[in-house]
Amino acid sequence: MEERYDIVVIGGGVIGCSIARELSKYQVKILLLEKESDVTLGTSGKNSGVVHSGLYPKPGSLKARLNVEGNRLFPKFCEELDVPFRKIGTLVVAKNKDEVKELKRLKKIGDTNGVPGIEIISQHELKKMEPNIKGVASLYSPTGGITSPYTLTIALAENALLNGVKISLNNEVKGIRRENGRLLVKTEKGEFKTGWVINSAGLFADRIAQMVGISDYRIYPCRGEYHILDKRTMGLINRMVYPVPPKEGGGKGIHLTPTISGNILIGPSAAYIRDREDTKTTKRIMKRLFQEAKEFLPKLTENDFIHNYSGNRAKLIGPKVSGFSDFVIEESPKIPYFINLIGIESPGLTCAPAIAKMVVNIIKEKEGLRRNRDFNPKRHGIKRFSDLSLDEKERLIKENPNFGEIICRCEEVTRQEIISAIKNPLGVVTLSGIKYRTRAGMGRCQGGYCLPKIVGILEEFGISEREITLKGKGSSLFYGRMRE
Amino acid sequence: MREVDIIIIGGGPAGLSAAISCKREGIDNLLLIEREDRLGGILNQCIHSGFGLEIFKEDLTGPEYAKRYITEVERLHIPFMLKGNVLDISQDKEVVVVSPKGLFKLRAKAIILSMGCRERARGAIGIPGTRPAGIYTAGQAQNLMNIRNYMVGKRVVILGSGDIGLIMARRLTLEGARVLAVVEILPYCSGLPRNRVQCLEDFKIPLLLNHTIVDIKGDKRLKSVTISKVGKRGGIVPRQKREIPCDTLLLSCGLIPENELSRKAGVILDPETSGPIVNEELETNIPGIYACGNVLQVHDLVDWVTLEGEKVGKSAASYVKGGKRNYQWIDARAGSGIRYIIPHRISTERDVEVTLRVSRPGKDKDILVKDRNRLIKKVFFGKVNPSQMIKLRLNKKELRGTKALWVSLR
Repeated sequence: MEERYDIVVIGGGVIGCSIARELSKYQVKILLLEKESDVTLGTSGKNSGVVHSGLYPKPGSLKARLNVEGNRLFPKFCEELDVPFRKIGTLVVAKNKDEVKELKRLKKIGDTNGVPGIEIISQHELKKMEPNIKGVASLYSPTGGITSPYTLTIALAENALLNGVKISLNNEVKGIRRENGRLLVKTEKGEFKTGWVINSAGLFADRIAQMVGISDYRIYPCRGEYHILDKRTMGLINRMVYPVPPKEGGGKGIHLTPTISGNILIGPSAAYIRDREDTKTTKRIMKRLFQEAKEFLPKLTENDFIHNYSGNRAKLIGPKVSGFSDFVIEESPKIPYFINLIGIESPGLTCAPAIAKMVVNIIKEKEGLRRNRDFNPKRHGIKRFSDLSLDEKERLIKENPNFGEIICRCEEVTRQEIISAIKNPLGVVTLSGIKYRTRAGMGRCQGGYCLPKIVGILEEFGISEREITLKGKGSSLFYGRMRE
Repeated sequence: MREVDIIIIGGGPAGLSAAISCKREGIDNLLLIEREDRLGGILNQCIHSGFGLEIFKEDLTGPEYAKRYITEVERLHIPFMLKGNVLDISQDKEVVVVSPKGLFKLRAKAIILSMGCRERARGAIGIPGTRPAGIYTAGQAQNLMNIRNYMVGKRVVILGSGDIGLIMARRLTLEGARVLAVVEILPYCSGLPRNRVQCLEDFKIPLLLNHTIVDIKGDKRLKSVTISKVGKRGGIVPRQKREIPCDTLLLSCGLIPENELSRKAGVILDPETSGPIVNEELETNIPGIYACGNVLQVHDLVDWVTLEGEKVGKSAASYVKGGKRNYQWIDARAGSGIRYIIPHRISTERDVEVTLRVSRPGKDKDILVKDRNRLIKKVFFGKVNPSQMIKLRLNKKELRGTKALWVSLR
């Protein structure tokens, strides 16, 4: 089977989904390919969920420009897509006098990058803002924000789908070649003829580029581990708390991030690894995360930990080289109509809306794109029972009794939300899909209570025991029934 | 707002017996709230036997044991709500509960907390490795197998030697799975001795003490766990690592009293038990809010949960009826060798039964109950074990004049 598209986007992360959605504003036929069972299963689902203000990237770089622009675009981006976003502000905290110098250096970078409103605040002011944080001074950047990165990626994919983008999951790209001036993408499930290919494959972007003979890039996966804290720690910090960036490694250091849902994240660490998909956690790093976070937040206890996870960054510089590397976002000079997005690591999430616009402009330079007058920017997420007032809850249960049955106690997720997640527009029916869409299983008991119940609901929807998987093919939960 | 004399939150063994006890004390305006679609709590998935030996002198299964109390609740016409989830409790005992029938705001004169406990999950223990399918808590697997008829795995490793883990080792074996090992970080089994014998030894399932899991492999479904010996100081012994290919890992690493609602009401918790701090009436720091069963302390035997529920029912009923309140409470404290003691405060005006656990196993030990230097009671134990809850009865004569109670192990 051979299908024709104007544009094929490779990779269902936040970048691929942003581009697909931005392109759906025009009259083009778009296909988005994702090798996993859902979007957001790579780096996009496993990061801090921070919308950076722009203190870190080297002035004049693409990262710096797109960061500041992305930050500016973010509120509207999230509002249209019904995705939570809160501008809570960022603090970079100096632990001692020596580090204060670094704050001044960062302020200079931020100012040059055009980040609005940054200031250095005293220990006294820091205490007033964050009574539980230990430090001698801080850099305060009011435009730093938080979002839910996986909700955003899902929302982008759903909105792209609504606007005519075809999304093909479980469909890995196997090869790409040029034929009569067009590109031919060969995948697990078929061949697709296309005018443009957009390579937003994240950790695998170098391999996709190699398929068309571009061997200029190499991705060095760099793993970041996190702890998630119980919601009872909510309020211990109100803003993001960063250390002064460590001298080596080029990262931002282990920081504390309040999440949209009321937890606190500790992390990420930075360790170069071989296997790009190895998102394990390690005892050594778990201990380090705790120790480093405790230096800022002495009240922290290990009893507050409910989960740990890791995600991998797609870095363009290897472990032995220090320094700055910029994003690569360009139409390949070697292969026309092949757009590479390589090395999109932090602040990639923040840059997503700006990157999408940039990619559209690259295409526009070569060919005219006609507006899609039917484009609908709005997407409506699953109604979240726990966000509502008691009166609204009461009304909702009267309308639909499924809202009166709590399935996940920790996150207060109702049967109706699980049902809505099972019926999601992308057609993803996995436990991780339900979790990413509802938060069921993300709380302190980590699915101990709700998993059997969710399995029961899947059963009601006719999903057989062999089809119930954690994250698609090969991840079945069960070995059949015990009794027929 | 509907007014209720006593609201009981949780319809497991603790709540059932508390409700029955309240009713027998003459309280009619009761409400028992249960989140599942049937009463009985976790007993419903415990299809093995061993329940009721203390109270009924019979060997019952979990559902059989529950049935006796459910029948009594029905016979006494005690009102109960199913699929009811309490969202909030306030200090002045207002309760918000939702069910498919609606959202209800209730006000109670007294509240009995009997929400039970939850299993400690992987993240709380910090087991390293990947996160594939095939990792369950033991109780989760028990529910999936016994209630929902799913086979969870074929080659199984169990981490932790808690009772549910031991029970599941036997259950899985009987269903044709191979339980390769039960791995326990402590130098002793944390489940009851009878379960160790009947669930592991009888089936020749190896129990690896002083071992833990140091890695989990597998991307989609679990492929293996790596276990390691643990040294005296808790560090792993690098040369004693072994990778065990398996498709399933069950976690039986302890139970945590589920007190999130209690916190909302301002109930103060004991960091050692994770349950409320209570006086001898099993009343928390909030007057009229009581706790019993596994939400107060994790029990070994359901029979004792039932007895605790009975006791709480009497206390709460007396509170509602305006019974005596003006006790002079003295502190009961856990001294050396004792992990905790419940209740935390006693009156010395009545006979009292205290429950406690030791910190580590031992032989030929005395439990000493003292008021500063005055020895109140000495009880000899040939063997003590943290997995076994100890009950001591202290009579009011012994307690007379006591200023503070210290319990220690020698």
